[in-house]
Amino acid sequence: MELPVIGQEAAQSSGGGCSASSCGSSNDQLSHLPDAIRAKVQDHPCYSEDAHHYFARMHVAVAPACNIQCHYCNRKYDCSNESRPGVVSELLTPDQAVMKTKAVAATIPQMTVLGIAGPGDPLANPERTFETFRRLSEEAPDIKLCVSTNGLALPESVEELSRHNIDHVTITINCLDPEIGAKIYPWVFWKNRRIFGVEGARILIEQQQKGLEMLTARGILVKVNSVMIPGVNDQHLKEVSKVVKAKGAFLHNVMPLIAEAEHGTFYGLMEQRGPTAEELEDLQDACSGDMNMMRHCRQCRADAVGMLGEDRGEEFSLEKIAEMNIDYDKAMEMRAAVHEGITAELNAKRAEKAAAVPAPEKAKRGLRPVKIAVATAGQGVINQHFGHAREFLVYEASEDGVRFLSHRKTDLYCSGDETCGDGESVLARTIKALSDCEMVLCSKIGFEPWGLLEAAGIMPNGEHAMEPIEEACAAVYEELAAAGKLEPKGDGAACAA
Amino acid sequence: MALEIVESCVNCWACEPLCPNQAIVEAKPHFKIIADRCTECIGDHDDAQCASICPIEGAILDEYGEPLNPPGSLTGIPMELALSLIEKARIAEARAAAAP
Ligand code: SF4
Ligand code: SF4
Repeated sequence: MELPVIGQEAAQSSGGGCSASSCGSSNDQLSHLPDAIRAKVQDHPCYSEDAHHYFARMHVAVAPACNIQCHYCNRKYDCSNESRPGVVSELLTPDQAVMKTKAVAATIPQMTVLGIAGPGDPLANPERTFETFRRLSEEAPDIKLCVSTNGLALPESVEELSRHNIDHVTITINCLDPEIGAKIYPWVFWKNRRIFGVEGARILIEQQQKGLEMLTARGILVKVNSVMIPGVNDQHLKEVSKVVKAKGAFLHNVMPLIAEAEHGTFYGLMEQRGPTAEELEDLQDACSGDMNMMRHCRQCRADAVGMLGEDRGEEFSLEKIAEMNIDYDKAMEMRAAVHEGITAELNAKRAEKAAAVPAPEKAKRGLRPVKIAVATAGQGVINQHFGHAREFLVYEASEDGVRFLSHRKTDLYCSGDETCGDGESVLARTIKALSDCEMVLCSKIGFEPWGLLEAAGIMPNGEHAMEPIEEACAAVYEELAAAGKLEPKGDGAACAA
Repeated sequence: MALEIVESCVNCWACEPLCPNQAIVEAKPHFKIIADRCTECIGDHDDAQCASICPIEGAILDEYGEPLNPPGSLTGIPMELALSLIEKARIAEARAAAAP
């Protein structure tokens, strides 16, 4: 009953495939990947827009040490490349990590992926990281493994990585230019010395690029993460996107800088701002011409457990795991059955989508696009009460169809304690986070937030409860069009005259 | 002649595997250097290894009690700002310790 284990066979033809605009639905970001790569990633919760509603992932924090300093990181907390700043994960030994992974996989049968992403750099802790991978490849061979790194120790780790059941590697690449790098990385630890400034950044960049080339040459999938830092690397990231794609990375994920003084990071204290949601989306758009973009990344914690966007880590503390009584073989069988069921459901949905007769090309009406926020608890439908949503999915509806843009967290800087639990500030924050949207679709909404949203120019709409998100967005777009609300802004008067 | 790890250490493990003399041990509340094993890396490396990778300013002191990585030297956070942060942390800690 072995599940097909994702192997290392090369997916070389990354130059092939067809462009996003000519193939598949425009909102399926995987649609223009070559088939071999798409087959590997389409059931991965972090990469596949539809799979993340069904499959679960977890991270274990086994790698505490780091070999570089990033200006958006404070080493009192977890690595900011892979979690949000200000988070501290429970450090596990490889043995504890293996136990935890198996316990989670037995309790949450949708589990498909285990990642090591910190709290430091996994490859700066090779013994701990590889011990965990080696044991999991043996003891839970159906779980895919992934690892994230800053890249400094990557070239020397490629050989070892290729020996384990590694599904893909994520490299955080923020720049190609050492001068820019020196503004992001104050130092690296290299060959027994701390090396500062441009020289340190040059070494890091070289190692990252070399590692990327070595991995893709072996057919190991590589995703590239970048942190968008306005005024530092924002323009440069377009170039990064081009280069990493040319070298065979299959996805480029641009994440926003999160910099707050209370995190004690260089950027936080120096008041370096992060990008607005709009700036981020614009850059993602600019890069996506060259590269698949990953827009639903949630910047998970280094010890996150569960479906994307949720964290059930607390159910799996070491004490609780010790009390669990688990039949691992049975759990693996159950997992296989659950995965099979989900894959069948996903494939059926995908087939349905593919079979849908494409709407006849409508004559362009010169209507403007609209951003629509959606409250959903998963399964691709509008099924969440506005007041319960802690994040919204933002879609853009236009004459070309509906496409997913981003996630907007409303509790991004909120640790969830009582100091930020008062309804008013949460609502105010939500309104701010959605300020560029004209409509919010949810299953239900209270009277008070309705009024405030409407006053802020964001029209609440509960009429599409339980409908598939994209269909509902398309429907409201048509409603707006019919109501004459989508005349292009600005030149409407000129036309009428 | 030995270095010392002090309370600002965040227990990140980075230094431990680098020591040529296995002088660094995990301990509570923070890592420590076994003084009579530490050679300050002389004869093995040009730079003291622990102090060359430690990300925390002020966490490792030389034999005179001076930090090998003084405030501002690693993060680039200007000295004054870094010092005021350290001061703040100290006050917060003292308060926490004084609290019942
Ligand atoms: S200075 Fe060198 S010998 Fe002394 S503890 Fe640090 S790494 Fe070990
Ligand atoms: S590197 Fe510094 S912070 Fe990390 S364990 Fe060693 S002394 Fe502590």
